Amino acid sequence: MSWIDDDPELGGEPRPYVPSTEPVVIRIQEVAKRFVLRHTRSMKEAFVWLIKGRKGDLSEKFNALDGVDLQIREGERVALLGLNGSGKSTLLKLISGVMHPDGGDIKTRGRIAGLIEVGAGFHPDLTGRDNVYLNGAILGMTKEEIDANFQSIVDFSEIEQFIDTEVKFYSSGMYLRLAFAVAVHTDPEIFLVDEILAVGDEPFQKKCIRKIKELSDRGKTLVVVSHDLDMVAKLCERGVVLERGRVVQDGDIRDAVTRLRG
Amino acid sequence: MTDISERAFQSPGRGRGLVDALKNRYLLRLLVDKDLQVRYRGSVLGILWSYVKPGVQFIVFYIALGVFLELNKGLENYAVYLFSGIILLNFFGEAFGNGARCMVGNGALIKKIYLPRELFSVSTIWVALVHFLPQLLVLLIACFVVGWHPGPMQLAAAVVGMMIMVIFSFGLGLIFGVANVFFRDAENIVDLLVMVATWLSPVMYPWERVAGAVPEWGLHLYLCNPITVAVELFHYAFWAPTTGMEWHVPPNLLTLWVPVAIVLALLFLFVGDLLFKKFEGSFAQEL
Repeated sequence: MSWIDDDPELGGEPRPYVPSTEPVVIRIQEVAKRFVLRHTRSMKEAFVWLIKGRKGDLSEKFNALDGVDLQIREGERVALLGLNGSGKSTLLKLISGVMHPDGGDIKTRGRIAGLIEVGAGFHPDLTGRDNVYLNGAILGMTKEEIDANFQSIVDFSEIEQFIDTEVKFYSSGMYLRLAFAVAVHTDPEIFLVDEILAVGDEPFQKKCIRKIKELSDRGKTLVVVSHDLDMVAKLCERGVVLERGRVVQDGDIRDAVTRLRG
Repeated sequence: MTDISERAFQSPGRGRGLVDALKNRYLLRLLVDKDLQVRYRGSVLGILWSYVKPGVQFIVFYIALGVFLELNKGLENYAVYLFSGIILLNFFGEAFGNGARCMVGNGALIKKIYLPRELFSVSTIWVALVHFLPQLLVLLIACFVVGWHPGPMQLAAAVVGMMIMVIFSFGLGLIFGVANVFFRDAENIVDLLVMVATWLSPVMYPWERVAGAVPEWGLHLYLCNPITVAVELFHYAFWAPTTGMEWHVPPNLLTLWVPVAIVLALLFLFVGDLLFKKFEGSFAQEL
């Protein structure tokens, strides 16, 4: 990611990490999440289990998150880091409300936009234009907000000439551009981002990162999950390292990256 | 910028069920539009197909059942009798079937982004209503051709009958939509139920046949089915005024069975909404 260093807006002198004192916007207390490993997919199996006197457990359990405590404050840029299966994506899904915790409590304030998978709400048979409206509304925008931002969204995506083409004919890059453009225009207080910058060409990645920085400068809170350590080191100032569903380190992003590299 | 410290903390993803779905009118409209647009994509006749299909269906019924099978002799205007019931069952099949499938069908979205998921269920009802309209139009044309002269009672009966169907299909759709997330068997049961519903309501035959074949409690049980009540209301509204024959609705239909059907339909809706709120949190991991 040498290009980040070359970019004057993104690079710059390293600043010392100072924990934020702004109001808390995400409060996670003792949160636990269990997953069922083997699913019973038919009523027959469940029925047999019931008439056999519910002996044994119908399925194995796996603790994805196990007593996580975390407070995220307004305007912070936090990276959730960890190896595969450490629970970071699960935590992000719990914050977005897609899943509910099995134990503990999560509270948030302000509007949340989950860029958990860009373009999840896109329908291949609709045009780019229709998808901007549909996806914008799914992400919580009103018609007026989308109307007002439509040109800006199209400009950001740089695919104006294809906006009335059905998105099934789009390349994966075009798809991502449009989806990301919609997502950054939703104007929430809290952004949740999961591994979305892995695609797209370098100029567009740069543009996205600059946009995210800009949102952050406007006081938006950012929570990022990524394996791209170089990128998160530039993007975030705070790093939270998860290991087997527990927070093992929380502080300066550089220390977190060092720990993961080490 | 408003001061965020003054805002209240909320639990993410804890919906208020139906209330949320009704507040998101704009998204609901987009979801309905999307469904209609996608269904007729690439076809020349487009939405006209939903007029052609019931039209042909009616003509076939008229010729095959009314003329060839001579069912016209038992029941005057049999084709109208049959059709006024069948369009309700078509609606039920579509609303209930799609309602049961919509959570699994929108799984990709449900797993990634939080939005009030009951919107998907509400949108299937709207889509079913949009497809119901052309069928109603075909029915009305047929009714006028054979001399329909409805009074206010008939029109009110049609509206009430439709309301019962909408609420009942919505409630059942919610219940089976939730069940389908956990057990994919549910959508097969739905197909079975729609078939059973078609034959266990007076769509093909008059209700007197049931009264003649079963004891009184059997008839009462038969009339507890909200679909039976809705179909009889439609017969009363659309078919009965076109005939000169002596025909009566089932005893106590308006005073007892209609209220019972409304209460039952609302009960299904209430249970569906309750189940939905209870299990919504596990959708993302089960899908």
